[in-house]
Amino acid sequence: MSGPTPFEDCPAPAPPQRILLGHGGGGSLTRSLYERVFAPAFANPLLDARHDGAVFDLPAGRAALTTDAYVVRPLEFPGGDLGRMAICGTANDLAMCGARPLHLSASFVLEEGLEIAVLERLVASMAGAAREAGVEIVTGDTKVVERGSGDGVFITTSGVGVVEHTLPIGPGAARPGDAVLLSGDVGRHGAAIMASREALGLDTDLRTDCALLWPAVDALLAADLPVACLRDLTRGGLATALVEIARDAGVALAVDERQIAVSNPVRGLCELIGLDPLYVANEGRFLCIVPEARAEDALRALRACPVSANAVRIGHVTASPAGRVTLKSAIGSERVLHLQTGEQLPRIC
Amino acid sequence: MKFLDEYRDEALARRLADRIARATTRPWTLMEVCGGQTHAIVRFGIDRLLPPEIELVHGPGCPVCVTPIEIIDRALELAAQPRTALCTFGDMARVPGSGSDLLGCRAEGGDVRIVYSPLDAVEMAAAEPEREFVFLAVGFETTAPANAMAVLQARRRGLRNFSLLVAHVLVPPAMEAILSAPDHRVQGFLAAGHVCTVTGWADYHAIARTHRVPIVVTGFEPVDVLQGVAMCVEQLEAGRYTVENQYRRSARPEGNRAARATVDEVFEVADRRWRGIGVLPRSGLRIRPELGDFDAERRFGPVHCDEEAESPCIAGRILRGRAKPDACPAFGTTCTPEHPLGAPMVSSEGACSAYLRYRGTAGPSDATESARP
Amino acid sequence: MCLAVPGRVESVEGSDPLERRGSVDFGGVRREVQLAFVPEAERGDWVLVHVGFAIARIDEDEAERMLDELERMETGGDAR
Repeated sequence: MSGPTPFEDCPAPAPPQRILLGHGGGGSLTRSLYERVFAPAFANPLLDARHDGAVFDLPAGRAALTTDAYVVRPLEFPGGDLGRMAICGTANDLAMCGARPLHLSASFVLEEGLEIAVLERLVASMAGAAREAGVEIVTGDTKVVERGSGDGVFITTSGVGVVEHTLPIGPGAARPGDAVLLSGDVGRHGAAIMASREALGLDTDLRTDCALLWPAVDALLAADLPVACLRDLTRGGLATALVEIARDAGVALAVDERQIAVSNPVRGLCELIGLDPLYVANEGRFLCIVPEARAEDALRALRACPVSANAVRIGHVTASPAGRVTLKSAIGSERVLHLQTGEQLPRIC
Repeated sequence: MKFLDEYRDEALARRLADRIARATTRPWTLMEVCGGQTHAIVRFGIDRLLPPEIELVHGPGCPVCVTPIEIIDRALELAAQPRTALCTFGDMARVPGSGSDLLGCRAEGGDVRIVYSPLDAVEMAAAEPEREFVFLAVGFETTAPANAMAVLQARRRGLRNFSLLVAHVLVPPAMEAILSAPDHRVQGFLAAGHVCTVTGWADYHAIARTHRVPIVVTGFEPVDVLQGVAMCVEQLEAGRYTVENQYRRSARPEGNRAARATVDEVFEVADRRWRGIGVLPRSGLRIRPELGDFDAERRFGPVHCDEEAESPCIAGRILRGRAKPDACPAFGTTCTPEHPLGAPMVSSEGACSAYLRYRGTAGPSDATESARP
Repeated sequence: MCLAVPGRVESVEGSDPLERRGSVDFGGVRREVQLAFVPEAERGDWVLVHVGFAIARIDEDEAERMLDELERMETGGDAR
C-alpha cells in the first residue's frame, strides 16, 4: 500500500465505551443505547412495538401488581448480579401473592461513566432470568445521572401476574395452630455480598441464593394446598420476615432456631464479624404458612422443587401475644425476635 | 463448627443448669464482666435456665458504653475535617456524641470508614498519604495488642499520617471500683475470658482476696457461661473466694506474653474517665510519649473530659451492676436503639440494647401495634 | 466486650516476628490473620482471632479434657 487514503484520517466516531449524560437525553444517543443494549436482549413483540407502554390481554383470574427498586454494591457478585436480582425479586413478590408472573417493566437509572460493557452484562443476565421465569420485559425507561450521583446502576422493575385460584393468600389468613415452613437455609445472599466487598478481606466460595420462587409456589397450588401466607425473605432476613408476618397478621409465632439451617460459611462469616444470620439478607428463600393438617403434604410438594428442596417446618402460629415472635434458642431456652435497628455493621464486641 | 457447636449443646447446658440448681442453697448475685457474655446470656436465654436464687447482673465490659462523650465528639470533629478520615470499628458508628453520631456525620459528608481491623486503617493510610487517618482505638485489654501493633507497623512503614484516638480501658480497676462502692451487690465475678487470654490473671488474686469474692475466668458460649456460674456458685456455697479458670482452652495464668509486650511497648497506664462511672485512677492506656507522633491527641490537641451533664439515663448504675435495664423509666420508651439516651442502648453488647433485642418489652412487639384483627 | 472467633490456620508466612501472618479458615470463610502474638501456632492449629489478630492458640487437648469432665458429670452426677 502506498499511503493513507484521505478518509483514514477522519474515521467515523467509535461508539462510546461509557455512559454519557447524553444517553439519558432522549435523543439519538438514547436511541442508539436502546438499539445496542436493550432491544436485542429483551426482544419480544410487545417491546418491539416501541409504544409508550405495553397493551395486552390478561388471562382469566385476578391480577397482581408489584414494584421494587434494586441497588447493590458490588453490581456483580458470586452467583448473581443486580440484573438477576431485579428480575427474581419482582417475580418472587408476585409469586408470594400466589400470582404467576406474566410481564415486567424495567427502568434504569445509570451513572455517567458506567462502562457500557457492565450494563450489557447486567442486561444479558436480566434477559436470562426473565426467560427462566417465563416472563417478558415489555416496557422500560432509561435515565442518566451525573457521575457521583448514583452507584453505577439502579434498576426498578414492576411486574404483573395472574392469580389463578381463589385463596386469600396473605398474613391475614394465618390462623393459630398453622405450621410455619421455611424453604431452605438462610443468609447466603447477604453473606456473599459482604464477603465480596474488599474491605473485609475475606476469601470464600459463598454464592448468593438468588433464585426464582414461582416453581415452588406453583407446586403448592398444584397440590391443592390451602396456603395461608407466603413471604419471601429479603433485606432484614428471616427474623424480619417473621416479625412482619406476626405484626401484620395479629398473631404470635413460635419458632425453633434448631430447625433453621445456616451453612458453615455463612455461620463463619457471621461469627467473624458479629452478625446474627437470622438478620442476614436472602434472595431465594421464603416462608409458607399452611394449616397443620396439610404441613407434611406442603413439605413434600416443596421438597420436590430444586429451589425449596431443603424445606423444613420451623414453628407454628399461636394466638397471642399478637405481633410477638419467640425463638427457641440452640440450648432450648427462649428469646424474643425483633426488627433490627439500622444497617448491620461488623462489630468487635 | 468446631469450638462453637460443642459449647452450644442443649443436653450439656441442661446438665450444667441442674448442677447449678443442686449446688444452690440461697440467693447469690453474680456479675458477668464482659458485654460479650451479656450478649450470649440474652441471645441464648442462658439466665432462664438458672434457678431463681441466682441473679446475673451485667458489668461494665462494653467499650462502646464506657467511652466518654468527649472522645466521640472529637472523633466527629476529626471526621468532619477536610483531608481527614476517621476509621472505626462498626460498634462505635452509632454511638451518639453531644450531637450526631459517626453514621450521621458520614451522611453529612464526613469521611468515616468502618474497618474490621486496625491494620485496615494502616493500609488505608499507606495508600492515601495526602490524607490524615485517625483510628478510634477503643476497647479493653483484648483489643489493645492489635491497636498497639498497628502503631508499630505504621512506624516501621514510615507513615506520617496515621494516629490513634485512644480510649482504652482496663478491667481490674473497674472491678475494684464496683466492689469499693458501699452499696454494691456483687458476690462473685465471671471474669472476661478474652481479656484474661491476653493479660492472664495475676492482678485478680488480690481482688478476690481483699473483697472476698470468687472470680471465675469464663468463656462466651452457653456451656462456658453456665460452667462459669456453676464454679462461682460452688465457691460461694463452700465459702471460698479464689480465682479459677473455666476458659482453659484459651486462657492461661500468664496470659499472652507476646501480646502484653507489644502493649507495653506502645502504651502506658493512665487515669481514664468512664462514661457513666467517672474517672478511675490508672484504669486505662495512653500512647507513650516517645510514640507521640501516633497519638491523635498530640497531633490535634488534647481531649478534655468534663463532668457529665444530668440525664434521665441510668447507664452509670447499670454499668456498675446496681440496676437492670428494665428498671429505667426511659427503657424502651424514650430510650430505644433508634434514639438512644445512653450508650448501653447502642451497642449490641450493651445491656439495654441486648434486653430490648432479645427480651421484648412493652414496646413495638406488643399487641398495640397490630392493626389487623 | 471482645468478640474472638476460633479458626484453623491453613498457611503461615513471614519470618519477621512483627509481621508473621497466615490464612485462617472460619467454617469455609478465609481471612488473613496476624500471627505475631502466637509464635507457636503452626498450620493445622486452631487459633482465637480478634480484630484480625490471633490472641491465643486453642489448646485442643485441654478442650477435650474439659468436655470429658462435663460428660462425666452426667453419669457421675457430681463433678465438684
